[in-house]
Amino acid sequence: METLAMHISNGIINGPVAAAFGVIALAALTVCVRRGRLDLDDRLAPMAGLVAAFIFAVQMLNFPIFTAGVSGHLLGGALAAMLVGPWVGALCIAVVLVVQALVFGDGGVAMLGLSITNMAVIAVAVAYLLIALLLRVLPRTTTGLAVTAFVAASVSVVVAAMGFVVQYWLGGTADLGGNLAGLAGTMAASHLFIGIGEGLITATTVVTVAKVRPDLVYALRKPAASATIATVGGVR
Amino acid sequence: MGAGHAHVLYRESDSPVHRLPPEVKIVAMVAFTVAVVATAREALWAFGAYALLVAVVAGLARVSARWLLVRSTIELPFVLFAFALPFLGAGERVDLLGLSLSAEGLYGAWNILAKGTLGVWASLLLAATTTTRDLIVGLDRLRCPQILTQIAIFMLRYLDVLVGEARRMRIARLSRGDDPRFLWQLRGFAAGVGSLFLRAFERGERVYLAMLSRGYTGRMPAVWPGAGAATAGQWLVGATVPVLAGAVAATAAVLT
Repeated sequence: METLAMHISNGIINGPVAAAFGVIALAALTVCVRRGRLDLDDRLAPMAGLVAAFIFAVQMLNFPIFTAGVSGHLLGGALAAMLVGPWVGALCIAVVLVVQALVFGDGGVAMLGLSITNMAVIAVAVAYLLIALLLRVLPRTTTGLAVTAFVAASVSVVVAAMGFVVQYWLGGTADLGGNLAGLAGTMAASHLFIGIGEGLITATTVVTVAKVRPDLVYALRKPAASATIATVGGVR
Repeated sequence: MGAGHAHVLYRESDSPVHRLPPEVKIVAMVAFTVAVVATAREALWAFGAYALLVAVVAGLARVSARWLLVRSTIELPFVLFAFALPFLGAGERVDLLGLSLSAEGLYGAWNILAKGTLGVWASLLLAATTTTRDLIVGLDRLRCPQILTQIAIFMLRYLDVLVGEARRMRIARLSRGDDPRFLWQLRGFAAGVGSLFLRAFERGERVYLAMLSRGYTGRMPAVWPGAGAATAGQWLVGATVPVLAGAVAATAAVLT
């Protein structure tokens, strides 16, 4: 999201911290590759590609946030978790980030571990936990699904932004002194707005897909698949 | 969609850099970036040396300095952050042009500016000399897990599907009397984002099934082991840039 928070440019965070998060990201992705292989069937393969392409396109839209020269963009963690599941979802976002870093220079290559940890691992994990929880609690209606998508998207965005603040606290190359709280505040406030936008887009997309092709929504597939489709989906 | 799968940043040419196998270029680019990031920010001369390396490679790849500079504007938000640092930063202050600036913040700004710019230049050079297909081939040859390359292949393919579908929906709206201007275009787009996704998926699913029925097994044909995998000589040629960068980084580490 933020250019700052999410796509971290080379040199913003120091080497050792970047390397440590690189190891964390690599470990997390290894788990995702293992688990994701089990998930990736004929229906999920094109869906994973499309989710990645969609997120790629959406991340290109940057919203300038007027304080502190930061810009933000949508993240897509909740959308990915909803449509292709946590494992493949995290991989989709990681692929988007790697291609952006390699081809567009968007986010430093040496900082990929940090970005992947924030956007692919933390955001997707938070989103999926919320989705699993809310789908259980909320009524299985279209509204319930929309609320789930909205909340998961908004919260995951803010948490991912806080991931950047923690990383900056651990290894920011410029000492902000007492301004770290200010950074955290700016990040939280700006990402709250982005989170709302992201929540709306995620909710509309997921609800449309669930109405027409409920079989494509991963989050609806596992728990009591048949009952879910009947209530949320209706007829194809 | 029928147009080749080259991306906007690719500069068609037949330079020595273009001819290097993609996996060599990827490794060289990543190694170069790591060397740059590992360099102490006080070693100003080292960054000059890195810039010189970038310039030499750009010259060999026949990528013009102007193109490189224009494309570097992607970095602008980071640069703005960098400019704020001398004012926000803590610690010792220095007076410059009548402004009281934080020395720590100044170094921090320089650090972000120099390392960020060099990193962007390195990836732009990779992008300018490598098609997206080659990029995936390179990642595959570097033993990137197949599930990742598969997602990447579909992502790049479906980007065109998505853009094409969005264009068709926009034309459909226009021909039904919608006349969006400026920001109001967003309203139509936002209302249709769900159906855009679905339409793109169903088109993409047909593409996927067509690929399956023509023998697609999850890996691009002739990629593995594939003709044109890097030879030892090419690895050596590709290694020159990161080795030089590593030498600069080591010297800088010794000197500071």
